[in-house]
Amino acid sequence: MSDAHGHGDKPFLAHHFEDEDHQFDSGKLGIWAFLVTEILFFSGLFCAYVIYRAMHPEVFTFASNALDTQMGAINTGVLIFSSLTAAWAVRNAQLGQKTGLIVNLSITILCAFGFMGIKYLEYSHKFHLGLFPGDKYEAKEGAYGDESKGNANTVAFTSPEEEESAEETEPGVAFSRGDTAEAELAEQEAHGDDGHGHEELAPWNDPNVPEATKRKLKIFFGIYFCMTGLHGIHVLIGILVLGWLLTRAIRGHFTPTYYGPIDFAALYWHLVDLIWIYLFPLLYLIN
Amino acid sequence: MTAAASTEHDHAEGHDHGDHHVLPLWLLIGTWLALMGLTIFTVTASTFHLGAFDLPVAMGIATIKATLVMLIFMHLGFDKSFHSLLIYGSFLFVFLFISFVWIDRGQYQVDINEKEQQEIAIDLGQ
Repeated sequence: MSDAHGHGDKPFLAHHFEDEDHQFDSGKLGIWAFLVTEILFFSGLFCAYVIYRAMHPEVFTFASNALDTQMGAINTGVLIFSSLTAAWAVRNAQLGQKTGLIVNLSITILCAFGFMGIKYLEYSHKFHLGLFPGDKYEAKEGAYGDESKGNANTVAFTSPEEEESAEETEPGVAFSRGDTAEAELAEQEAHGDDGHGHEELAPWNDPNVPEATKRKLKIFFGIYFCMTGLHGIHVLIGILVLGWLLTRAIRGHFTPTYYGPIDFAALYWHLVDLIWIYLFPLLYLIN
Repeated sequence: MTAAASTEHDHAEGHDHGDHHVLPLWLLIGTWLALMGLTIFTVTASTFHLGAFDLPVAMGIATIKATLVMLIFMHLGFDKSFHSLLIYGSFLFVFLFISFVWIDRGQYQVDINEKEQQEIAIDLGQ
């Protein structure tokens, strides 16, 4: 961009536009057309989600246990807050508030990094548990949130001989302990456990879960990684675009008559937020 | 600052112009608070077992949130209606896309089930 384009005091007005409004309107139409293609782009994955969930609802209900709702909720909050600062940045640009624009763009970028940081924690936890997309999927013990249950149950687990000796010395305590052990034995029987201990009772290996369902659990993670992964790529691109605009804002490029790039990047960022608004309940909040 | 103030004044008068509408701060922050409230609400609602209503409730709340983002943060409520037409048009095509696949979804399920049962039988036989 330079003055060589012939608009003198308006360095960012391209020569093929009559005035700044003309340029702004053209850019705005362009970004909306782009957002439409983005929605259609994501709709392929949403379609896969709808069809697989309709065909195998039990797979989604069960596999969703592996996702951390708290992490997802925090990320939703982070993204919604970054949407606020993006919208605020547009307001700053419209009013010519340079400092406010720089601050709000910076906060938006920081939130985007925060989102990716939490996503990284979630992904590495999934990989640690063998919950990979596609053929690499091999769920390990505790993959579906059964670790905490196992620990709670194993506290009072003792052999029958130990129970008897304890009964002689401390009747009160032994009674309650015996109760727990009995309940556990009943639970073991109900689950068809062959006496290998509680570690074997992991729900993903639960005999009550039909074999056909167990085989299909990886479908959920294929969809989960594709949807959140594609969304994550959009967040990364957002970081690059907003970072570039931040450098331009610092150089003082934007004025109340020339703030199109801020507006368009904010629109893109809101769309990224919009998609997450649907991804969060669809993936994390399944009962 | 005077330049900025006068710009704001100009925009306040030119509401019908649409494109350069400056949103008041209370509206932005109010929208954000509403979105946060709805997020907390949807997480809370998911802890109750509403049975068949789980999904419609979650999607209803998500759609209210999405509408707030589009109308206010994305300025669609103050923008040219053509932009709204574009985005709602895209939703229509997404709906058509998913509907047609939905109609077709059971077409090969019989074969898939058969193959799956064979695989399970082979694995269990080993």
